[in-house]
Amino acid sequence: MSDTILEMRSITKSFPGVKALDQVNLKVRSGEIHALCGENGAGKSTLMKVLSGVYGYGSYEGDILYNGRLMAFQGISESEKEGIIIIHQELALVPLLSIAENIFLGNEINAHSVIDWNETHRRSADLIKKVGLSENTSTLIEKLGVGKQQLVEIAKALSKKVKLLILDEPTAALQENDSQQLLSLLLEFKRQGITSILISHKLNEVSRVADSITVIRDGRSVSSLDCTTSTISEEDIIRDMVGRDIENRYPERNSKIGECLMEVKDWNVWHPETIDRQVIKNIKFKVHTSEVIGIAGLMGSGRTELAMSIFGQSYGRNISGSIELRGKEVKVSSVSEAIKNGIAYVTEDRKELGLVLDENIMRNITLANLEEVSERLIIDDNLERAVAESYRTSLRIRTPSVFQKVINLSGGNQQKIVLSKWLFANPNVLILDEPTRGIDVGAKFEIYAIINELAMQGKSVVMISSEMPELLGMCDRIYVMNEGEFAGELKGSEASQEKIMSLIVRS
Amino acid sequence: MVEIITKNDTAATVQPASKPSVGMHLKSHIREYGILIVLVLIMSLFQYLTDGTFMRPANLTNLFLQNSYIIIMAIGMLLVIVAGHIDLSVGSIVGFVGAIAAVMMVDYNLPTLVVVPVCMVVGLIIGGAQGYWVAYWRIPSFIVTLAGMLVFKGLTMVLLEGQSVGPFPKNFQILSTGFIPDFFGPGRPNYTALLIGVLAASVIVFLAIRTRLKALEYGVEDEPLVFFVAKNLLVAGGFIYISYLLSTYRGLPNVLITMAVLIAIYTFFTNRSITGRRIYALGGNQKAAKLSGINTERLTFLTFANMGMLAAVAGLIFAARLNTATPKAGFAFELDVIAAVFIGGASMSGGVGKVVGAVIGALIMGVMNNGMSLLGIGIDWQQIIKGLVLLAAVIFDVYNKSKRN
Repeated sequence: MSDTILEMRSITKSFPGVKALDQVNLKVRSGEIHALCGENGAGKSTLMKVLSGVYGYGSYEGDILYNGRLMAFQGISESEKEGIIIIHQELALVPLLSIAENIFLGNEINAHSVIDWNETHRRSADLIKKVGLSENTSTLIEKLGVGKQQLVEIAKALSKKVKLLILDEPTAALQENDSQQLLSLLLEFKRQGITSILISHKLNEVSRVADSITVIRDGRSVSSLDCTTSTISEEDIIRDMVGRDIENRYPERNSKIGECLMEVKDWNVWHPETIDRQVIKNIKFKVHTSEVIGIAGLMGSGRTELAMSIFGQSYGRNISGSIELRGKEVKVSSVSEAIKNGIAYVTEDRKELGLVLDENIMRNITLANLEEVSERLIIDDNLERAVAESYRTSLRIRTPSVFQKVINLSGGNQQKIVLSKWLFANPNVLILDEPTRGIDVGAKFEIYAIINELAMQGKSVVMISSEMPELLGMCDRIYVMNEGEFAGELKGSEASQEKIMSLIVRS
Repeated sequence: MVEIITKNDTAATVQPASKPSVGMHLKSHIREYGILIVLVLIMSLFQYLTDGTFMRPANLTNLFLQNSYIIIMAIGMLLVIVAGHIDLSVGSIVGFVGAIAAVMMVDYNLPTLVVVPVCMVVGLIIGGAQGYWVAYWRIPSFIVTLAGMLVFKGLTMVLLEGQSVGPFPKNFQILSTGFIPDFFGPGRPNYTALLIGVLAASVIVFLAIRTRLKALEYGVEDEPLVFFVAKNLLVAGGFIYISYLLSTYRGLPNVLITMAVLIAIYTFFTNRSITGRRIYALGGNQKAAKLSGINTERLTFLTFANMGMLAAVAGLIFAARLNTATPKAGFAFELDVIAAVFIGGASMSGGVGKVVGAVIGALIMGVMNNGMSLLGIGIDWQQIIKGLVLLAAVIFDVYNKSKRN
């Protein structure tokens, strides 16, 4: 248990103008689960790229010792040969190929370049059984959910005789029970002697499974914590990650909840392609001015579908029901009508649905309300720029100028730009879908502060989130959603994770 | 606590950023200035290789006459490509519209003033019909316009019954071969041409100065002053020089004016209008654009309708230039037009590209055609060289992009 499988010694990696890693040390014991924590941009991914040979030997300073030997990888294939395998946050699977084809992709079982399909499927079946997946090996990847896809990736790693498994944010896109299953799998691997490095933002998971923790901040390793000898609290890790104490992870809000602003009644939505599948069933809810409400539920429970169908019928077919704003029924059958009526929706998928990545910050911020910076359909460049600059300052978007392309920014900054876009559209009701997904602790706090500020200005906020602590910390009321229906409603002060879960399970 | 601003209280001023340096500015705009420099270099090369024939007023006039229709279509194609699509049918539309004009004017003796607008509406309808399938039925534009290319090529032959039809009346021919008359009486140089050149240059400089002053008022300085002055001097000088050269020959060709007006309108449209901006967002990320309240279907439809109309204008100009409509008119024009747009820096995946870039791209193609013909290089080698230039331009783009990331 105590012998070291991997030691990275004073790794320094520079890019033009930036020192991404500065004398970072990482020591992983054989057979343990080692967590690597740090804010976005702290250098975790860079460190792992150095380890796997993406940044080859010679492009960095420092030594990598693996099983006591000095390694000089030039590319992923060399590190994989040693049994070091990375599974990235964005899965590298081909959607239209089968499970078996994906597992042996690039590593096909063959005789004279002819693939032995029987052997491929037999071995794949063994591998996916090991990771607890019960699917036919000829099932196409696109038919699987994200959780199962992740398991296929792990099975693929196993096929390469993995000794050191590195998982980059494996549970970011997963639901609670899928995450639990994945973590149990890691514990199972540990018993079989496979070492894992787990990169994660979810500190409750880290403190559950990790044997030791290395925290990286601003490209330096700040601390190595040993969980086997002492108990480490989440607060300890957070303090090391951000370099300061966050006494309260959710900022206070003192606002008086006002009159009913939006009420949705008898909302029914059908699936756009599958004719007889009803995605949303008879949902009704209301939200008041200066109120933050939450919608909890498992992934696939229909939260995003509900939000998008309300937002100008951007999702679904045969939508029925009514939306009332301040007691008056309004027609919102297109996005532009929704915007005109003061409804905004901040998508959960900011890269695919929220941003024009190749455009600059300014153009993204003004996109939903170009009329406001224009006169008679002609855009006033300078006014537009002033607007963008003011959001950059007030939301603390960390970039030198508003002419930066958004593709180059961190997740937290990108999220602030999507928020800016919708704030500039001046809505009364803001629907936020997973507003803090994939962003770091510091940026999360800033997003929460923005939400509070909006509520205090009298706006209504509907917050959809898979992170229950976040809903509990932020919301005045929480609706619990399951399989397209609301299973219950809880007051923020009375709600707890247990109560939410039991509503989901019992419905 | 974070302070949130709403649209009502956005501060009208911006904190002054640090002053930009000439080198930094050049580096971040290398693509835009790059093709302009390439154009000037190619022109100088031909000027040298042809012992001065290339820049002779007669040849210069010819250059504009030869390329006007490609440039006009490149403007429309730029919008289509920025929106994330492609239009392969424009060459066929050129031929088809020329045929319609011929039938109307030669067979039915309809007046030019009726025929020209009718033909433009026909182009609009053709473009709209194709855009309809692309926008509302989500059929890939490659397929729809490939079909359109075949259909309209066929229809051209049907209309002309396989024959060439002509000649056109005089007042139609001047669309393409006419010149702005000299109001200062005959004799050389043509002072009207020179005056228009000087006026155009002054307007450009005036607008540039006004924009810059307005921006400075907001505390914004993007371009170093030296650079600003040098650029405007060069552009204004170029305008005046070319109009001077043309004035020593027959003056300003009508098509040059048509072209210049279209370029000015569409440059303004893409840079400053809401609709123009939305086309870029549509091409950059259609889903995000839709969720921002943009009617992406209608926008796609309009982009194609506009392309059809500009192709019709090009078709009229081309027919007037040949003074006859032939079944072969417009053959393979789409390739030159598309190449021009990509040489001009547009992105295959949409969302990126400029009108001026596309125009310069078209000029580069045109200058190469003209220069190589002057040098007596055969059509075979011309094709090879143009192909390689297109490839080189796109490789340069990709290389630039990967270097920045």
